[in-house]
Amino acid sequence: MSSRMESAKGVEHVEVTRTQLAEGVNLTYLPARKFKTSLLSAQFVTPLRPETVSGNALLPAILRRGTVSCPDLGALSARLDNLYGARIDYTVRKKGENQCVGFVASFIDDSFTPGREKLLEPVAELLGELVCDPVTQHGRFVPAYFESEKTNLIDAIRSIVNDKRDYADSRLLQEMCAGEPYGISRLGSEKQAERLQPQKLYAQYGQLIATSQLELFYSGSASMERVERALRSAFSTLPRENIREIALAADHPKPTEPKMVEEEMDVTQGKLGMGFTCGSDDTAALLMGNTLFGGSSNSKLFLNVREKLSLCYFASSVYHRQKGIITVSSGIEFENYQKAYDEIMRQLEAVQKGELEDWELESARSVLLNAYASMGDSQGKLENFYIGQAATGQEETPELLARQVREVSLQRILDAMATVSLDTVYFLKGKEAQA
Amino acid sequence: MKQTFYERIGEAVCRETLPNGLRINIVPKRDYAKSYAFFATRYGGMDTRFCLNGKWLDTPAGIAHYLEHKMFDTKEGNALQELAKNGAEPNAFTSNAITGYYFDSTTHFEENLEILLSFVSVPYFTEESVAKEQGIIGQEIRMIEDNPDWQIYTRMMKALYAASTARTSIAGTVESISHITAETLYDCHKAFYTPSNMVLTVVGNVDPVHVVDIARRVLPREGGPAIPRDYGTEPAQVAEKETKLAMEVSCPQFLTGFKCTPAEDGEGYMRQSLIGDMACDILLGDSSPLYLRLYDQGLINTSFGGAYEMMPGVAYLYAGGDSKDARAVTAEIQKEAKRLVEEGIDEDFYQRVRRASFGSNLRGLNSFENIAVSLSEGYFHGYDPFRFPQVFDTITKDDITAFLRENLTADRAVLSEIVPK
Repeated sequence: MSSRMESAKGVEHVEVTRTQLAEGVNLTYLPARKFKTSLLSAQFVTPLRPETVSGNALLPAILRRGTVSCPDLGALSARLDNLYGARIDYTVRKKGENQCVGFVASFIDDSFTPGREKLLEPVAELLGELVCDPVTQHGRFVPAYFESEKTNLIDAIRSIVNDKRDYADSRLLQEMCAGEPYGISRLGSEKQAERLQPQKLYAQYGQLIATSQLELFYSGSASMERVERALRSAFSTLPRENIREIALAADHPKPTEPKMVEEEMDVTQGKLGMGFTCGSDDTAALLMGNTLFGGSSNSKLFLNVREKLSLCYFASSVYHRQKGIITVSSGIEFENYQKAYDEIMRQLEAVQKGELEDWELESARSVLLNAYASMGDSQGKLENFYIGQAATGQEETPELLARQVREVSLQRILDAMATVSLDTVYFLKGKEAQA
Repeated sequence: MKQTFYERIGEAVCRETLPNGLRINIVPKRDYAKSYAFFATRYGGMDTRFCLNGKWLDTPAGIAHYLEHKMFDTKEGNALQELAKNGAEPNAFTSNAITGYYFDSTTHFEENLEILLSFVSVPYFTEESVAKEQGIIGQEIRMIEDNPDWQIYTRMMKALYAASTARTSIAGTVESISHITAETLYDCHKAFYTPSNMVLTVVGNVDPVHVVDIARRVLPREGGPAIPRDYGTEPAQVAEKETKLAMEVSCPQFLTGFKCTPAEDGEGYMRQSLIGDMACDILLGDSSPLYLRLYDQGLINTSFGGAYEMMPGVAYLYAGGDSKDARAVTAEIQKEAKRLVEEGIDEDFYQRVRRASFGSNLRGLNSFENIAVSLSEGYFHGYDPFRFPQVFDTITKDDITAFLRENLTADRAVLSEIVPK
């Protein structure tokens, strides 16, 4: 095949470097000249726990309200506007069984600022201030900021229900991984958020920034020396003590028989979610198996459940690489529940039995290879990938994953998929009166 | 082929128009692994009434979107699968005024481009395949009907516009799409999928000469006639002031819209769009005095935002998000617009917003999709989007206040609300 040569042609060869800047502080550096912007990210990685999840989710939102030098949103916005509309967004993500909270900054590259102003240093400085120098009153966060961000957090948790697809996906994980950290949603629950108190949260903040691993990420045209210098200076006052290890995801226990959950809501379309355990740790084989099953527009689910039987607008599956499970998500008419369920199971069986044409295999492989090859074209995707790797203790680069996918054989795929078994079924349906 | 360099934004575009009328834009990007192709027709959800061969046709709401779905069918099977076999990720969208088909891929780009051009230009439907699609699109419509963001926006458009087809939902309704037949789909394809009504934009590490050759070889030799369209005669006043719907949501949401004066095609269209964007930032962007005050008062949260949109014969500014008191927020927006008009815009603030706005336009050039869509829209509306820094230079504070004075008035405002059941 000529694919390897083609994808290498003319493309910038990117060397990724990961270095330790201080105890528990690592920088992932990716040089790139092709973007109009630079991206700088600072993420604290901490194990997902019911008692800390909502507090950790609230922290970056409060920190984003003001620093000692820019004590309110107005002052912060003015500073960012003057940096040619630099953006600093707070992020709360779940990566495996860890929670990542922090900030992602994006700003236009030095070569495009009208007066050739350098933006890396001032943006890094502001990032450092947001983390280390929040505006406080009497030794805790500004009460008004605490209260309004707590309300926003509770609203955000409640609003998950507004998008029924997201809601059904998250309910499936909750039910399937009940009692495991993986079942905890990234913002925690409404109850956990409601219990948050200002004093305790301020202490939790001190804990978080002192004891959790800090992952820094940069993509842009500046040299590594310059980035290191800017970050060392920006985070020079970061406290560091007893750094906690990141959590490695535990295997999901194999079910004895599938758990069935139904929920009623006033909706016009039903959502059927199905969760499967994977007994194999052959990642590349499962990546391929999942793509064949429901991971692309050429997959068994898409072609049969949607195109052939017109049962739904969407039916797709996701392989949770960091936890070793597969979940299926679909939107269906209520009365088609059994039909859709049977068909999804039948398609899984088809993959397991190896009822696969050559073109299906080739197509699944090229979908994955295309995704890895084009990752370097998006700073956002690169950041999300490398932070995810760092947060789960994994070291493969997209190139290495691509190589593994290229090498995986049909037999390995079948062996790995043979270990996939149904664990939980979640069905969101309309209220009886409607049906 | 004509090549233009844009120094201030570090881009170049090669342009060619084929004898059949097809415009081709190519944006070379050397250091990227992927290449992106976008093939678009000037035909969307609002083009339901048009004249073909001297006869006015009224077609069902949702037909452009339906056609988009069916175009992937080929005599041999399905183009989606053909492209995915080569690792390409194909997709399509239908907006109010455009239907666009696209893919990106890191290998076999030229082969994929041939497939794209071929399936979009050669229709293949049967009564059976058309009927089957009712199920899939019916489910898509049901899915969006459950989506509060879609409901609130669609209802705002219906409140703003009495006659313009901008008020038509792009996907139509389960009822309207039941009237679609293979014959109407062929008519629509014949009218709008002619090379002279289309534009092909390619972004990536490609050879421009090859791209043009492929288009010349694959597409029909003849263009087509210009198709007169009827978007309805829209009165100046809004259709209804307020609309409200109860849904299964966690908290109340709102959108307020202002019916703005539409712009003529040409560079003025882009200028108007930049003015509208900046006016929106100055009035209610997240560094505006109004935003900061309402956020502090807990009347809005980070979901709050606004935008200025334009489509044929239509322009509107809208804003909204979650709020416990939609009325208070909409009143404050109108009051702030009035204040800005009367007192003028603070100079420091204006300069800041200018800088930020330049940065955000530049940032948009990271996205191949964004580049391709804006070059295509620019072509359909007669302007060059890559000239934004130059057009930006001509905009003054007075343009912004004039825009606010004319458009942000109480009689042009509507309110759309979703409340919990």
